[in-house]
Amino acid sequence: MENIDIIIIGGGPSGLAAAKAAISEGANSIVVVERDNSLGGILQQCIHPGFGLSYFKKELTGPEYYGKFTEQLKGEPIKFLLNSMVLNISDDNKVSIVSSEHGFLELKAKSIVLAMGCRERTRSNIRIPGSRPSGIYTAGTAQRLVNRQNLMVGKNVVILGSGDIGMIMARRMTLEGANVVAVVELMDYLAGLNRNKVQCLDDFNIPLYLSHTVTKVIGKDRVEGVYVAKVDKNKVPIKGTEKLYTCDTLLLSVGLIPEIELINNINLEVSKITKGPVVNQYMQTSKNNVFACGNVVHVNDLVDNVSIESEIAGKNAAKYALGKLEDPAKELKVTTGENVRYVCPQKINLDNNNNEEDIKLFFRVLLPMSNVTLRVSVENKIIFEKKALHVGPGEMEFVTIKEKDLKDVTSPIIIEVI
Amino acid sequence: MIEKIICTICPIGCEIEVVGDKKNKSVSSLNGYKCNRGKEYSINEFIAPVRTITTTIKISNWKEPLIPVRTDKGVLKDKQMDCMEEINKVEVKPPIKRGDILIENILGLNVNVIATGEAL
Ligand SMILES: Cc1cc2nc3c(=O)[nH]c(=O)nc-3n(C[C@H](O)[C@H](O)[C@H](O)COP(=O)(O)OP(=O)(O)OC[C@H]3O[C@@H](n4cnc5c(N)ncnc54)[C@H](O)[C@@H]3O)c2cc1C
Ligand code: SF4
Repeated sequence: MENIDIIIIGGGPSGLAAAKAAISEGANSIVVVERDNSLGGILQQCIHPGFGLSYFKKELTGPEYYGKFTEQLKGEPIKFLLNSMVLNISDDNKVSIVSSEHGFLELKAKSIVLAMGCRERTRSNIRIPGSRPSGIYTAGTAQRLVNRQNLMVGKNVVILGSGDIGMIMARRMTLEGANVVAVVELMDYLAGLNRNKVQCLDDFNIPLYLSHTVTKVIGKDRVEGVYVAKVDKNKVPIKGTEKLYTCDTLLLSVGLIPEIELINNINLEVSKITKGPVVNQYMQTSKNNVFACGNVVHVNDLVDNVSIESEIAGKNAAKYALGKLEDPAKELKVTTGENVRYVCPQKINLDNNNNEEDIKLFFRVLLPMSNVTLRVSVENKIIFEKKALHVGPGEMEFVTIKEKDLKDVTSPIIIEVI
Repeated sequence: MIEKIICTICPIGCEIEVVGDKKNKSVSSLNGYKCNRGKEYSINEFIAPVRTITTTIKISNWKEPLIPVRTDKGVLKDKQMDCMEEINKVEVKPPIKRGDILIENILGLNVNVIATGEAL
């Protein structure tokens, strides 16, 4: 494997979309490294519908969605290394891989795309007191066990967290014969989509407790129950409101974090909020030859957005490899204003690469709001504005700006929701 | 009878109050929707709510024990568990392509169960 243009780390939806775009841009040789035994990433276990509505204009299940990408990549000059895990990226761009077929490999390419996805927060991340019996799973792990490995994880289930993964697992466990006792949510609003509350909880009469949390787990070998209490507005459990729910399983759906241990040795700039690498509009990290896309950059709830973003990464990784992408000359920061938690990309590279193209800024709000204006301004001038009927932390928003509006600008771009 | 339906078509989630008669499949008044898509949704949801079922079927002689499947049309909401029981009785073998019908006309509902994954 000589003269590789691009190494893509991760064969999930982001890696696949990056590969597809890199081929269209003219990359001649691509290696995709995937530690699992098949491509598709998390989507392999997401057997429910709800994917592809914006990208394919059609509602698909997870396996159908990534299937469309693997289909298109057949016959292209891409080498897929399955059962192969990247262990390290060295400062001089060597990618070390252990593979069950090839043993230990060291590969070098002109550019690298990080597409490693994210991992789930666990019990130790959120510190639930109590005993340490078996029967406590993250919702995504349970999803993999049930949907891919035919292993049922429990009979009476409490789910902590009302995100989409948690609610979808509530329905899945019910369809497979389990009894979901309750879904418990710390915040005073639903974390996931309304549609999932209706179709995953209400359809099966599964109770949802907002402003509640699990305060203690009991059980010696196996979970025997959990205590659930109401919380006050500071999210502190209120004394005297604790109630015991008998169950044998606790599923945690309490957030995801980008999986970026690999980049420890290459000193990429990392965002404190997204916990993923900081990127510019080309999905280029602070190291010019390293690009990143998908959940490793920021946690996406819609894979459609992942595909769009990853195509940008793949396209520009190919341009870089082919010597067609100028190094960043001047970079503008994109900063968050009123009710915006984070924005991605965090930087805009002002150059002559392709300044006709629209720049999409993806962002999340801090709190749910209705009838708002999404506004982008720079040096007290509004460069983009649109109205929205509803925004919420669970749904990614985006605005589009043009590079030509940023000529001669030196101070940061501000994005706000008012 | 009156039913409160949360519209799931878009993230706004309007609460729509439907008055009508389920037996005669008729709706006499609708309140709270903000657009036509929501109107249509709430009428269907009142008269005959349907859901796509997504689940897995056991597969033998394949590297994984399960293959993901879905119904090719919506199934009446209260028939979901009956369908699951039926689906869980089935076991299939490769080769299977995406879209292949694995169970035809399940429970006589005029709905097929099709593969969403492949085993080739
Ligand atoms: C449990 C769960 C459920 C979800 N449910 C939905 C949903 O219902 N609808 C929706 O639209 N979105 C959903 N999402 C989000 C959606 O699946 C993601 O946005 C999308 O999968 C992100 O794609 P990705 O390629 O960035 O990450 P992933 O799909 O996670 O793919 C990353 C891949 O990289 C591989 N990898 C990681 N590290 C290495 C390494 N060191 N070496 C080699 N390979 C490596 C992993 O094995 C994996 O295959 C869900 C996410 C999770 C975690
Ligand atoms: S009625 Fe219209 S606006 Fe309201 S939730 Fe349904 S689709 Fe959205």
